Amino acid sequence: MSQPFRLDRGGLVDRDSSPAFLFDGREYEGHRGDTLASALLANGVHRVSSGIRTGRPRGIFAAGAEEPNAIVQIDEPFPEPMLTATTVELYDGLVAHGLRGRGRLAGDPDPGRYDAVHAHCDVLVVGAGPAGLAAAAVAASSGARVVVVDDQIRAGGGLLGSGEHLDWVDAVVADLAAAPEARLLTRTTAFGYYDDNYVVAVQRRPGLPAHRARERIWRIRARRVVLATGAYERSLAFADNDRPGVMLAGAARTYVNRYAVLPGRRAVVLTTNDSAYAVARDLRAAGVEIAAIADLRPGGGPGADGFEVLPGWVVGTVAGRDRVEAVTLRSPGGTERRLEADLLLVSGGWNPVGALFSQAGGRLAYDPGLAAFRPDGGCRQALEVAGAASGAYPLRDCLEQGAAAGRRAAEAAGLVAGEVVLPEPAEPAGTPPIAVWTLPGGDPAAQWVDLQRDVTVADLARATGTGMRSAEHVKRYTTAGTAHDQGKTSGTLTSGVTAELLGVEVGALGGTTFRPPFVPVTFAALAGRDRGMLFDPVRVTALHAWHEANGALFENVGQWKRPWYYPRAGEDMVTAVLRECRAAREGVAMMDASTLGKIDVRGPDAALFLDRLYTNMISTLAPGAIRYGVMCRPDGMVFDDGTVIRLAGEHFLVTTTTGNAAAVLDWMEEWLQTEWPHLRVHCTSVTEQWATVALAGPRSREVLGALAPDLDVSRDGFGFMTWRDATVAGLSARVCRISFSGELAYEINVSWWDAVTLWEALLAAGAPFGITPYGTEAMHVLRAEKGYPIIGQDTDGTVTPHDLGLGWAVSRKKADFTGRRSFSRTDTARPDRKQLVGLLPDDGTLLPEGSHLLAAPGETSALGHVTSSYHSAALGRTFALALVRGGRGLLGRTLWATLDDGLTPVTVTGSVLYDPEGARRDG
Amino acid sequence: MLLPCPWCGPRDESEFHYGGQAGVAYPADPDALSDEQWARYLFFRDNPRGPFRERWCHSAGCRRWFTLVRDTVTNEVLP
Repeated sequence: MSQPFRLDRGGLVDRDSSPAFLFDGREYEGHRGDTLASALLANGVHRVSSGIRTGRPRGIFAAGAEEPNAIVQIDEPFPEPMLTATTVELYDGLVAHGLRGRGRLAGDPDPGRYDAVHAHCDVLVVGAGPAGLAAAAVAASSGARVVVVDDQIRAGGGLLGSGEHLDWVDAVVADLAAAPEARLLTRTTAFGYYDDNYVVAVQRRPGLPAHRARERIWRIRARRVVLATGAYERSLAFADNDRPGVMLAGAARTYVNRYAVLPGRRAVVLTTNDSAYAVARDLRAAGVEIAAIADLRPGGGPGADGFEVLPGWVVGTVAGRDRVEAVTLRSPGGTERRLEADLLLVSGGWNPVGALFSQAGGRLAYDPGLAAFRPDGGCRQALEVAGAASGAYPLRDCLEQGAAAGRRAAEAAGLVAGEVVLPEPAEPAGTPPIAVWTLPGGDPAAQWVDLQRDVTVADLARATGTGMRSAEHVKRYTTAGTAHDQGKTSGTLTSGVTAELLGVEVGALGGTTFRPPFVPVTFAALAGRDRGMLFDPVRVTALHAWHEANGALFENVGQWKRPWYYPRAGEDMVTAVLRECRAAREGVAMMDASTLGKIDVRGPDAALFLDRLYTNMISTLAPGAIRYGVMCRPDGMVFDDGTVIRLAGEHFLVTTTTGNAAAVLDWMEEWLQTEWPHLRVHCTSVTEQWATVALAGPRSREVLGALAPDLDVSRDGFGFMTWRDATVAGLSARVCRISFSGELAYEINVSWWDAVTLWEALLAAGAPFGITPYGTEAMHVLRAEKGYPIIGQDTDGTVTPHDLGLGWAVSRKKADFTGRRSFSRTDTARPDRKQLVGLLPDDGTLLPEGSHLLAAPGETSALGHVTSSYHSAALGRTFALALVRGGRGLLGRTLWATLDDGLTPVTVTGSVLYDPEGARRDG
Repeated sequence: MLLPCPWCGPRDESEFHYGGQAGVAYPADPDALSDEQWARYLFFRDNPRGPFRERWCHSAGCRRWFTLVRDTVTNEVLP
């Protein structure tokens, strides 16, 4: 297949490899080393996309990550939206199409692998252009640990576009490869600069087999950073400057020298500075006819060099729709000349790439001599900016700055750099650039500033016309600079045009803030391996395999998988849970309670410590006894609850809610370390040392008695809220007489390793009584029937123990405890706080948890909301718990609960709906 | 951001848990405080632009609490 715009020789592409690709449904061929953009240009394709708002044809405008126009959707091999054609490496089988603004996410999970690398180095060099390579070569000569990152497939930076000194580039790359502590990462874009020289970069690794990571995130901590990020060329605002065939001048030079591709046959050049002359020379040498150079400087540029230079001439109009056909130039006196051309090369000046410097905390200031914003002074990070990124444009200056930065970085690491050979470019003195933003005489609605967002001078004028005065406001009002390219080529132009409209200096107006990421980064890359099973640890109990084998469905509680319920064949959830509840109320049932948080609290001051953290008195608890306890924050709001077991005088075991175990341990540590370091107490998590099985129901005593013949399980011999060490099923066990269901119940704790043995022994011993495993849903129902709150479900951080009806658990004798002072605060003591009550829906509706409760239909202010709602086997109906303003004063009243499609009446009751006398507790 | 754990040395901020303003002691005698004074202890913290004494816990490391002074503008940890 022909590539009509490919030069016969030259360039850095591999002519022996000619990948075929499809673009917009047509088949083309390029060479390895091409980007999709250079391969399209080689085939004469300029129009790639359309304006997001206007639909106007848009072409390839740049040659790198700064491209505003040429965004494409990759269709094959895997859908990827909104990539720039100028950064997509060409490979065989690529299928893509141009986008009008928005892409399409893949419908299938990404099969690729992604990974992260953590790296530490003495010197991180960002950018492998002349300044970056000089810095890296010098730093590496000292033996320092050097990492160089560059977004291109090969080192060289701007030298790849100019084709100069590539032998030197190759020599430096070879030296870096030979240096044991140096690493050059190509295809790697630094996109975030965080505090203390923490730089994050993404590395693309195309062409690897599927089991290897196709992208890696590098998290690099560097002693010093050299930012050699170069400069981006910018455009000018003139009429029809969005036509395909209007291209940044430097990009055209890159296409010719690096890719051996002619972006056109006959070009008009429009410039504010000298750089476009080198472009014109290289294009002419490659066979492009240069029709004229319109140099906006009144005195023109550095010498005509055989070109027709038109000083002070501007572009009036650009003819052509899908491609530039002719350019009309206008002299300062108003004379017009129409030049046939298929290419209009623009250089409106060069902007140092200051994004990373700005992210690092550095300040950018406008330099009128450069006509651009540049780094102004240093910043608190240990970094230097070198080369074009600092505003140094002569190549000699870039090399010298880079070498000096590399030397200083080596010294900062305590090393001494050697001598490094640098190229010695011959560069004649130039003519200074001028700042030009809008060319006179055009239609402002056809003078584009941000090509991707379709923002014109007219849009900016509308923003300033409404009173916008800051660059940030104008950005948000017009969306200029908010596209995938974040205004890389348009940001400074936007500021310049806005300043013109406002009649202020561009330096006084300033630019907009740079934030990470510098280039778009896929979520898959950022997630790396932290997906699916590896996203968060999954914690399972010692009985998990049994639960799975016996058909349990699971509920996530924090990181734990807990059995939710155990449906039998043909049962739905409601039926199964009713059956499990009935077993606990009428026979015997058992539950895996191993996930309850368990903290061992030990030391001479342990009792005093717990007195301070719990609302109730712990120090009076006798060894052998158990007490229910509530913990509050200092603001008086319930934080957690559980039981406190006194094992010995200076030794306690406290339990916490499953989801709060780590938080409670942290809470204890915080008080011990920061407020009461003098207390002699140690806290240790033992959650996974003890497996716990709850045995509940009127027949539970018989089951336990059968397995623990040496244990006196009688009503008087083993009283409620006491514990015994015993042998159960031949296992060493600690048995607690605790009930979270209101029934006669035990919690049997054994070593994690013995859980299965205990569980199976209980099943066998309980078989005559129809013992039934139950899950968290039945547990929730049983405790709700008794009005026991679940902290975190029936509370939300604004609920006091008194609100929950737990005033009995708040000591009036202790001098102080966490939260006590807040109970007398006006707001905490007021009588119309939300209080926990029961609700009985009049017509049996199962209320959705979260339903709002109204005093009467038509009320718009809720009295409270439903916190728990269930079917009850014991009550033979549905019921709910709710937090209701002044709820305990509303017993017997009808409220109205909101449903998706209306209201339903409910009757307020006390929160204890089942066995309010507590007659069942002791069997 | 690198934070200087007094036990483990400089470590990445992701290993730490933030604890807010330092030096806000639990009042010696809460009952001696008016509701307003107590509320000030509970709910009011400084929010300066510049140096700020604050608490950190090396929660993914040694689990010890410590105090440092950080410039809230630059994130610089001051001596």
